[in-house]
Amino acid sequence: MSKTLYDKLVDAHKVCDLPDGDMLVYVDFHIMNEYTSPQAFSGLDQKGLKVWRPEAHLSVVDHVNATRQRDPHDDASKLLIDNLESNCKKHNIAFYGLGDPRQGIEHVVVPEQGLVAPGMLIACGDSHTTTYGAYGALGFGIGTSEVEHVLATQTLRYKRLKTMLVNVEGALAPGVTAKDIIMKVVQVVGAGGANGYAVEFAGSAIRDQDMSGRMTICNMAVELGARAALIAADEKTLAMVKGRAHSESIDFGGTEWRSDQGAVHDQTFDIVAEEIAPLVSWGTSPDQSVPIDGLVPTADDTATPKAKAALERALDYMGLSAGQSVQEITIDSAFIGSCTNSRIEDLRAAAVVLKGKKVASGVNAIVVPGSTYTRLQAENEGIDKIFIDAGFDWRPESGCSMCLAMNDDIAMDGERIASSTNRNFEGRQGRGARTHLMSPAMVAAAAVKGHLADVREFQNEGAE
Amino acid sequence: MPDQVKGLMAAFPQPNVDTDVIMPKRFLITITREGLADGTLADLRFDEDNNKRPEFVLNRSPWTEASILVVGDNFGCGSSREHAVWGLMQLGIRGVIGTGFAGIFYDNARKNGLALPIVSPKVRDELIQIARDPDAGECKIDIANRQISVGSQHHPFDMDDATRAALLEGRDDTLDSLKLADSILGYESGLREKMHVNVIQ
Repeated sequence: MSKTLYDKLVDAHKVCDLPDGDMLVYVDFHIMNEYTSPQAFSGLDQKGLKVWRPEAHLSVVDHVNATRQRDPHDDASKLLIDNLESNCKKHNIAFYGLGDPRQGIEHVVVPEQGLVAPGMLIACGDSHTTTYGAYGALGFGIGTSEVEHVLATQTLRYKRLKTMLVNVEGALAPGVTAKDIIMKVVQVVGAGGANGYAVEFAGSAIRDQDMSGRMTICNMAVELGARAALIAADEKTLAMVKGRAHSESIDFGGTEWRSDQGAVHDQTFDIVAEEIAPLVSWGTSPDQSVPIDGLVPTADDTATPKAKAALERALDYMGLSAGQSVQEITIDSAFIGSCTNSRIEDLRAAAVVLKGKKVASGVNAIVVPGSTYTRLQAENEGIDKIFIDAGFDWRPESGCSMCLAMNDDIAMDGERIASSTNRNFEGRQGRGARTHLMSPAMVAAAAVKGHLADVREFQNEGAE
Repeated sequence: MPDQVKGLMAAFPQPNVDTDVIMPKRFLITITREGLADGTLADLRFDEDNNKRPEFVLNRSPWTEASILVVGDNFGCGSSREHAVWGLMQLGIRGVIGTGFAGIFYDNARKNGLALPIVSPKVRDELIQIARDPDAGECKIDIANRQISVGSQHHPFDMDDATRAALLEGRDDTLDSLKLADSILGYESGLREKMHVNVIQ
């Protein structure tokens, strides 16, 4: 019988069935950060439990640390960072802290270190753990109580999800990136449209993506509600896992981690790659986006009174008028970073736009490389110089920073940001902050123009 | 855990309420589960000067006493932070009625005894209307029988068996799963050598 990749991964990790329909699944590898793990460790202590298999866990500092300088910017963030370090020491768990050359955003660090490979099951107290689906691995986010459960048992209680297939066939137009593919998918399926599903991405436009693009797609799949995202393992996947610190010691198989021919999914969406334009979000939910040459929607574009109310609330929060041209929207800040788009490929794409250009006056432009390793790689390639010459603030340390504003990079009330991140929620980048999601190259274009701008105009310039 | 949740319903119909809104990040710099009541929905409940926003439902009588929220689609989306559930519980919320919830939030709620009955959009909209009536009276979420009752109305709701059992029994999953240690050891013994991850310290 034909099986989906998702079912193969679940079946391979099932320890046993439980009463009431759940099962216990084995977690091959578990990642922790400083803000969703403290109460899990204290739970272990209160119950007098030890860590089942300490060597299968990694802790990385990324959410609350400053990126302007290495030292914590305040006592509260220092408390969280020190707490994680002492918990890891106590339980003999690997800890990549501030100043460690392996430190960075957890979902950037793990692939760099060769800690993800096809066929694995990876859990982490962070919703963007779906990223690992790009490798044909089952990655998903968990809460703190589940972090405690993984620490104590190396397993999780698990309920099998339904599966959704999203086919993206065709060739992307110039200027259209993996970020635009996933923003298009979120727009089509809806925020929450994939609640209860594992989503598999397939089709020629997905296969054509490099591993960085595939990670961007799987990363943001959580914004449509997917608890897991998957892409079949292929030769690109196997090439990516080679030559890294853990490559020789980890092997869960290869390209057999794919759905069988004829495997049946509960739901299917087909998207034509040629019809995807560079997208920007205009509202406060990741499914509220329009092409960069489009207009902010009006009440006439909404189908129900509820949708109309949501539109009006979003426009009010964002300080926008219905029907206005997207490219008229001026920005205060530009941010390139986050687990969605801060890898070396993202920095290179933005640098192509920025080369020889200047950030518009009055725009505060920040770039936070996804990891220390990525930053050094970019500096070796001279990419830092392109950013700095253009007027970007090239951060010397790595972390989530302004994506979720848990450190000292907090946008002000009303500040409008062109952002390569994943969430445009109310208050996400600071109370009252207005986020427009887009690809890193589009952020660079917006930074140069001072307003949301079409990256394709820059590419045409380059071709002349 | 009682087999039912009783209390006043408050209407909170906006869609896609994410965990950043439920628990803003400035309240997350903590290593305990406690002290999160003030942070819960803080930017909706309070203005910049920390004054109560009189228009927000939980600041208006009688809903200051509400223990059940009737919510819009896709409540709890976004970040995995369990602080969102801890905060709602500390604010006195014991049930959230909606058409569907983000997966991580749903699982976090179950771990903490917060009941999340799922109803159809039609029933949810009816409950929103009832919840807006200050004289609607008490709502009862009967977990054992999967039924919501308010006034003369009774509506069945969806809740998977494992979540229902977890809410009724109030169990500790970590300690329960450790009773299956032999099964876990058995699974591990079947793994090939390179399937045992060893992270370099």
